[in-house]
Amino acid sequence: MIFKEILIRYGELSTKGRNKKDFISRLRDNVRYSFHDIAPLKIRAERDRMFIEIENQEKFDVLMERLPHVFGIQSFSPVASCEKDLDTMKALAGEILEDYRDRELVTFKVEVHRTDKMFPLNTHELQREMGATLLPQFPNFKVQVKNPEVALRIEVREDAIYMMAQVIQGAGGMPIGSNGKSLLMLSGGIDSPVAGYLMMKRGVRIDAIHFFSPPYTSDNALQKVKDLANELTKFGARVRLFVIPFTELQVAVKDAVPDNMSMTSTRRMMMKVADRVREEVGALGIVTGESLGQVASQTLESLTAINDVTSTPILRPLISADKNDIIKIAEKIGTYETSIQPYEDCCTIFTPSSPKTKPKLEKVQHFESFTEFDELIERAVKNREVYSFPQKEAKQDQFADLL
Amino acid sequence: MIYLDNSATTKPHKEVLSAFIQVNEQYFANPSSIHKAGVESNALLTKAREQLAQLLNTEEKNVLFTASGTESNNAALYGLAKSSDFRGKHIITTEIEHPSILEATKRLASEGYEIDYLKVDKQGVISLDELRAKLRKDTIIVSIMHVNNEMGAIQPIEQAAELIHETCQAMLHVDAIQSFGKLPILFNGEKGPDLISISGHKIHALKGTGVLAFRKKPQVKPFIVGGGQEFGLRSGTVAVPQAVAMAKAARLAIEAMPQHVENYKRWANDLHDFFARFGEEIYVLSSRNGAPHIMSFSVRGLKGEVLINALQKRDIIVSTSSACSSKQTKTSHVVEALNMDSRFKNGVLRISFGANNTDADIEAFKKQFIAVMKELKGEFTS
Repeated sequence: MIFKEILIRYGELSTKGRNKKDFISRLRDNVRYSFHDIAPLKIRAERDRMFIEIENQEKFDVLMERLPHVFGIQSFSPVASCEKDLDTMKALAGEILEDYRDRELVTFKVEVHRTDKMFPLNTHELQREMGATLLPQFPNFKVQVKNPEVALRIEVREDAIYMMAQVIQGAGGMPIGSNGKSLLMLSGGIDSPVAGYLMMKRGVRIDAIHFFSPPYTSDNALQKVKDLANELTKFGARVRLFVIPFTELQVAVKDAVPDNMSMTSTRRMMMKVADRVREEVGALGIVTGESLGQVASQTLESLTAINDVTSTPILRPLISADKNDIIKIAEKIGTYETSIQPYEDCCTIFTPSSPKTKPKLEKVQHFESFTEFDELIERAVKNREVYSFPQKEAKQDQFADLL
Repeated sequence: MIYLDNSATTKPHKEVLSAFIQVNEQYFANPSSIHKAGVESNALLTKAREQLAQLLNTEEKNVLFTASGTESNNAALYGLAKSSDFRGKHIITTEIEHPSILEATKRLASEGYEIDYLKVDKQGVISLDELRAKLRKDTIIVSIMHVNNEMGAIQPIEQAAELIHETCQAMLHVDAIQSFGKLPILFNGEKGPDLISISGHKIHALKGTGVLAFRKKPQVKPFIVGGGQEFGLRSGTVAVPQAVAMAKAARLAIEAMPQHVENYKRWANDLHDFFARFGEEIYVLSSRNGAPHIMSFSVRGLKGEVLINALQKRDIIVSTSSACSSKQTKTSHVVEALNMDSRFKNGVLRISFGANNTDADIEAFKKQFIAVMKELKGEFTS
């Protein structure tokens, strides 16, 4: 194991003046959280980069596998280290660059940074010395000082020599939690988990809310939403899921509001419930997977009528996204397969045959005014169930003996 | 009974059978059903698939359950041939493949595909130079068995894969039916095989179970169509109990592989030395570099069947070179391909070890074999 540490370069947070400290400690906590199942990491955070120590191959493999998913990381590099002896340095450089031996043609340069000014060779001498040794070893390398594909960076520090070449792209975005918390309306469809993911990428911590209408909707539908909530935890943060018993409210809407407007009204009730839960859990915004014009409830007129119940910011990261692009992201983040399981959810059970795509707000309000909805809303909020993800105990242990 | 015919089939492990029965009792629901019981059996099926994927170093969605090794081989060849014919119609395989490959290539030949068969040397091994020479831009499939079922020759899969991937777009299919659990075979990122066939009954699971696994997302044309099970690639209600039995047997095989292989190697070496004592009387087809669990040999001037019957009377079960063709009287295509001395051609016998064999079995075989030789050949020096 030649690698001693992994160097992490911060994403956008490098540009955030005064809050930088908070961002960095947030990122450090999230990195720790992402690896809570292995031995505690030794992390050293500096003003513009972070180092994680590597003790063994196993730890290295896990880090390399998961770091690309942690938000707030621009890129990272495995760093090798050796003593300050020229021959050892040359051997180590050869070993690091071995990965690039089979490539066609590689543009290349050596960068040297000396914090230890006592080192016998100065920057230029060391560059020349290393170049002269490496270039004959790698006939496919061609020196290019501006924007080379591979830059072998050699740092002469007080304690030892540090070297790196590989730069791996991180997930970008910001550390989850650095931009507060929002409540995600998680339906079980393809869009809502993607909306949650995109908000997480911008540093928003997510709690999710789901409307459950037994006996019309099955335990399978609920399980699917739990699975999705669990999928979202892969991106380095806990997710809580609030499950709202919604049957009573849904039936009341069905009785009070004409068919073609019931969909709008149902959405308004959901929004009211979500807003009450948001308040109680201290979230700042509500996130939805709405995408303009995708279905009847997602026209500008519908959104206006639904949005009328609250002044809380409704964040719609997918508002301008095409379905195919949403599907691509869902596949990439691994929620697609779960989302397409064919279970009815509360939005599909009472679908009227022709819901209004341009509901009139006044009309909807008029029909709603004959029923005491607030009481039902309070009851639904109060009777919610909470699940936390990732769940501690493995769900499928019942099969362990069989396999 | 001393059973030394494990390459023909194996006895299912007790724990595999009991898992099979348990699944039939507790999770019999159709995994495609959306009621709770169906969802549960589907979860179990996914778990079994995941386990196999992990053993083969691929992803869960790249593992298909089939009803036999033969089906896996057929599906690999037809599926790839029909889905890649726009790139070419040239297929390469070897002279000594199992009939489930050779018959499939014959049929593809009659449908306008061009097939090249690689020759093998006396050890039963292909030449990479010949492979290099036969690879073309329009080659779409190369199918090579990992271990030959009749005499245990091991093919250089890794080198072949490297050669194929650097010269053309062809997919490498590996029939690992005889090697799984005896030699390491798995997907290796961008290198190595693209498809692997496995059969359940060769690894102490049940007959009627097989797997076809892919290195990355399967792009094959299904040839069993219907309800769209198995990602649309193989229709038919998925046999969850069989899948579980297969996954369990595969795990047990891989876990015990180091121990088993150590035994097989010891026994094979022992038998190589033992047969050497018969000098010119016996020709051993299997080389010491071959698979550790298959040992084929031939007694000069004796018909295989005669020997099998004589050993059977003494409670020792071995077979002629291949159970699948044991019932045929003509010399097997593998023996023909090896270019053997004709005096040995008619009497090839195969001993094959399995998880249940012990040192005592091998000792018993040797003792009885000597007795049989005395009986049939009258005299020889041992």
